[in-house]
Amino acid sequence: MRRPAVLALALLLALASGAAAAAERIVALGGVVTETVHALGRGAELVGVDRTSLYPAEVQALPKVGYVRTLAAEGILSLRPTLILASADAGPLSTIEQLERSGVRMVRLPEATEAAAAPRLIRTIAAALDRKAEGEELAGRLDRDLSSLAAERAVRPPGPKVLFVLGIGSGPPMVAGSHTAAEGIITLAGGRNAISGFEGYKPLSPEAALVAAPDLILTTDQSLAQLGGAPALLARPELAGTPAARAGRVASFDALYLLGFGPRTADAALALAKVMAEGPP
Amino acid sequence: MVLMSHGCTRQRRRTAVLLLLAATTLAAAFASLLVGALPIAPAKVWSILADGAGDLAERTTILDLRLPRTLLGLLVGASLGVGGAALQGLFRNPLADPTLVGVSSGAALATVTAIVLGDVAVAALPALAPWIAGRWFIMLFAFGGAMAAALCVLGLGRGMATSMLLAGIGINALSMAVVGLLVFASNDRQLRDITFWTMGSIGGAGWPTIAAVAPVVLLALLLILPCARGLDALTLGEREAGHLGVPVQRLGLTVVAGVALAVGASVSVSGIIGFVGLVVPHLVRLCAGPDHRTVLAGSALLGAALMVAADCIARTIVAPAELPVGVVTAFIGTPVFLWLIRRKRSDA
Repeated sequence: MRRPAVLALALLLALASGAAAAAERIVALGGVVTETVHALGRGAELVGVDRTSLYPAEVQALPKVGYVRTLAAEGILSLRPTLILASADAGPLSTIEQLERSGVRMVRLPEATEAAAAPRLIRTIAAALDRKAEGEELAGRLDRDLSSLAAERAVRPPGPKVLFVLGIGSGPPMVAGSHTAAEGIITLAGGRNAISGFEGYKPLSPEAALVAAPDLILTTDQSLAQLGGAPALLARPELAGTPAARAGRVASFDALYLLGFGPRTADAALALAKVMAEGPP
Repeated sequence: MVLMSHGCTRQRRRTAVLLLLAATTLAAAFASLLVGALPIAPAKVWSILADGAGDLAERTTILDLRLPRTLLGLLVGASLGVGGAALQGLFRNPLADPTLVGVSSGAALATVTAIVLGDVAVAALPALAPWIAGRWFIMLFAFGGAMAAALCVLGLGRGMATSMLLAGIGINALSMAVVGLLVFASNDRQLRDITFWTMGSIGGAGWPTIAAVAPVVLLALLLILPCARGLDALTLGEREAGHLGVPVQRLGLTVVAGVALAVGASVSVSGIIGFVGLVVPHLVRLCAGPDHRTVLAGSALLGAALMVAADCIARTIVAPAELPVGVVTAFIGTPVFLWLIRRKRSDA
């Protein structure tokens, strides 16, 4: 199968001859959107991003148009974009409507909390950037990785019960129920969400944690820092009695890497599967 | 603001203060059209306003973003200013503000209900989704909540200032208890929407919003401004005002109904914006004395000017991002408020 190589060569020639798509001025709203634009080789055309765009590191130097859910239209228009790529989270609605009326081309992306959404997101963004070939390559690779993950899951015994914990300010940490990106990645990696009684995120209660009896506690690097590190997290009264705490099993990953459902989703699921497979130390 | 000139009669001074405040408001409104994240030269702004010059981004910015939010800022600021002044007069309490009659917390309760239960309704009846996602859903809910709270206060207090004040406090406490319950039941996304609403913003204003809010605010001003004489008499006490022929109960009902309309409409579109209604009337009284004919009109003008100025700061200080305007008014209002308390103490 030499087609990708031929494609790449053709593309290099096209680039060299200056026949590539015209340079855009892109404002990306949403960390996973920014990451995908970069993965498609168009990062140099970004002129602004939202505050959740933290990967790759070079985007942190770009002008920040605010938090993805509380954006303001004039700030975005002041960057003179020719293309606005908005994640499903981008808002408020009034700002999105104002941007639509401004005549700047805007592509709104579907919500992504499950594996199937990641290749779709890549293809949509690639189409908007007129980079269908690269999009196909990137999404195809992700499709293959996701398929091999699915094949793995089919032959392995059901994985450990994983409790995803999110720190928000003071007060008890929140845990992920069903229909969350956290549940999506846990399932993708072959584990089971320890919580099944509710949708979305809810404050953690000691009884619920004991009933859930997780074998592994999963969190984000950002939350772990906020909650005072792994020992402090496991010592919390809500968690101290769980099998995971007794075995000292906590895993943490970067939030966007773990929950973004973008180009690195299969990597994240593999990394999580590896941690789960290690079993009690 | 030094306006003392010897031999200046009180009447002339009042006129001078009102003229100066009107000029300030106009200046703030013009400044608001000229400043923002997108740099546009003043001359160009005029030509865009006059005959639609400029490219699409510039035209959108002036005609679709800055102009509506300036007008909404004027309406919301005037509502909060005059609302605070009227309630401070009615309750004869310098620390009264528009939140006291329960409209803000009633609006907050209805908004949080709409945000949290909107998703439930969409799940049950997907056909409702476009309407629930639209801006009118939250706004109508908020205004309905504000009116319901005001009717409770009017019904329980029957126009008597003290009873209405207590009823307002009760409604506030009850609303906030229910809000707490709904916040607990909300998911991550809903919680962030709620937080954004409670910090206030006038950035989402479009022309339909202005068209909906302006008539309500003008009606409220027509109700409140003629109450000036009655509020002056009320400073002597409710019974004395009654002896002077002031229909005290009707005055109370009119003032609270007017404030509820103005502040209810404002809160519905802008979310909760603090300190304007509390601080502005004090500043007007400092410059022009306690006469309600000046204090009511002056508070509407200064409230409008302060609101628009705060919004200018909110959308330029962290450009290309934007601060919630309620944060800016609180930053401006809190030091003034503390200084007023200190002044009061030294007067006592």
